[in-house]
Amino acid sequence: MNITRRQMLILLPAAAVAWESILAGTPESSPNYNLSEHWWGMLIDIPKCIGCGNCVRACQAENDVPDGYFRTWIERYHVTDSNLANPEVISPDGGKHGFPVAKEDKGKYFFVPKMCNHCAESPCTQVCPVGATFISPDGVVLVDQKYCLGCAYCVQACPYGSRYIHPQKRVADKCTLCYHRITKGLTTACCEACPTGARQLVDLKNPNDPIHAFLKTHAVQVLKPQMATGAKAFYNELDGSVR
Amino acid sequence: MQGVDGFMYPNEVQLQWSVLIVLYPFVTGLVAGAFILASLVRIFHVEAVRPTYRLAMLTALAFLLVAPLPLQLHLGHPERSYEMYLTPHRTSAMAMFGFIYLWYLMAVLVAEIWLDYRRDIVVMSQSVTGWRRWAYCVMTLGSSNISARALEIDDRVGWLITLIGIPSAFLLHGYVGFIFGSIKANPWWSSPLMPVVFIFSAMVSGIAAVMLLYMLAAGLRRQAIDVRCVDTVARYLLYIFIIDFSLEMLDLVHRIYEADESFRSLDFMIHTKLFFSQIVLQIFAGTLAPIALLGLTQVVKLPDLARKRIYAIAGCLTLIGIFAMRWNVVIGGQLFSKSFLGYTTYKMGLITREGLLMTVLLSLLPLFFLWVLVKLLPPWYEKQDTLTVVG
Repeated sequence: MNITRRQMLILLPAAAVAWESILAGTPESSPNYNLSEHWWGMLIDIPKCIGCGNCVRACQAENDVPDGYFRTWIERYHVTDSNLANPEVISPDGGKHGFPVAKEDKGKYFFVPKMCNHCAESPCTQVCPVGATFISPDGVVLVDQKYCLGCAYCVQACPYGSRYIHPQKRVADKCTLCYHRITKGLTTACCEACPTGARQLVDLKNPNDPIHAFLKTHAVQVLKPQMATGAKAFYNELDGSVR
Repeated sequence: MQGVDGFMYPNEVQLQWSVLIVLYPFVTGLVAGAFILASLVRIFHVEAVRPTYRLAMLTALAFLLVAPLPLQLHLGHPERSYEMYLTPHRTSAMAMFGFIYLWYLMAVLVAEIWLDYRRDIVVMSQSVTGWRRWAYCVMTLGSSNISARALEIDDRVGWLITLIGIPSAFLLHGYVGFIFGSIKANPWWSSPLMPVVFIFSAMVSGIAAVMLLYMLAAGLRRQAIDVRCVDTVARYLLYIFIIDFSLEMLDLVHRIYEADESFRSLDFMIHTKLFFSQIVLQIFAGTLAPIALLGLTQVVKLPDLARKRIYAIAGCLTLIGIFAMRWNVVIGGQLFSKSFLGYTTYKMGLITREGLLMTVLLSLLPLFFLWVLVKLLPPWYEKQDTLTVVG
């Protein structure tokens, strides 16, 4: 078979795309995905987080998140005896490229990955004037971007700073818990990219999910429990200084 | 990061609600306040302020016509705003905006102004010529009966509409306060007092605006200012201002005494980023100074000219103070992090969609509308009484 140079130039990119697809693997087929059988959340194991920023980069690549905005980010806390109430917190570029080396020996350092808490009683969906943001029956807070007015009321109502107005689309944007992936049986991009397993997608309606055993045996907390939002981002060993 | 002190959640650095959202409650406040002043005549029979009655109604209408524009300009997709009418989300305070706005515009203000002016409109539709004749003919809506019986019915219906209009005015602006006050994520906003404070500050700003416009119009028309009228308006302004200030101080004292987790953050903000707009402009220049000036006219017998000048200065200071109050609520509520660990900075654009120029234009637009309305429907009583009004 003779292949001309022109044909080769056309075939090469196509072959590259095909190879990429083979490497990525075939998503688990889930033709029978049933919304009512799931109640999604996220377990974040703080002692396991090393602040590498893989999750942030993976999220931005998977979801085409614009520069300067974050569907997930990592904060590094530095808590000493003297600043328990006002810890020193940094998150340079959302922790996307990791963190500078800590200089001070005093106190403790730890990383806290943040994201939308996919609250069951979410204040953001409550205030949306047209219902463009909503909670799916399987417990994921989503935004219908073809319907959103871009009023930013939901951004104001979120206690966790998880939302932003997309600078190009001019609508509310946020973590979707990689809904396009989890409904196909995959995990989220951030969980997949985490090298230490600090993030785990959990399905509270699945009796076989390890989350049930984990919740029984660990001190798990949600962020800002006083807000009573029914947050479903569960933090293991959450320090009291975390905001 | 530039403009950031301490730590902000990364998505918080840029403010979501700009100066246009400051303008929105300021404008609706003027509407509600002007209407309440008008209701003093209609419902509470305070005859001394009658010279301001029609001007107050037209002022309310002119400002209400502009009220949705800052919101529209702020939306990411203004072309979708009609969805709020078609599929309002019942749990959202903001979803009610369109309905409350339309109710207040059509069922209260336009209806009352039409009833009040119907006699004049009919007379003018028969006495003027050219395009204005057509304009007045359209405004009669086909109702040209100005018999004594018909006018009496107009008056009764107008009274009823004003009666409904008072709670509607409270609803219009109390609701704006509720939009902020119901956000539990933001301790600067989250307060049940917010709607009440908004209502009283609305009355203060609306009354001050109509008082100033009345004195300005009299000056432009080279007519004498009815001193008894402005004395009464100023007295009401003083009383309501004292209530408004007391409520705001109650909120402040409560926050200071309770000193919850947000207090350190908010306290720092007042002493730094909001010091000029809150302490200097809002409290001292915009509240204490006008209250002192208005109070002075109550305790010291001053000549008419001095009182009028004091009212003019107090009115201007009041409007500055109420605008500063809206600024401190809207912008101030976004300057601190919900982590209470840092602060950001508001950078206002100059010639942008939500910038300074647009704000100035939108602030002047109601005055242009008012000029058109005054030309069409002259609110001056001495002319209307003789039925020689020709706009």
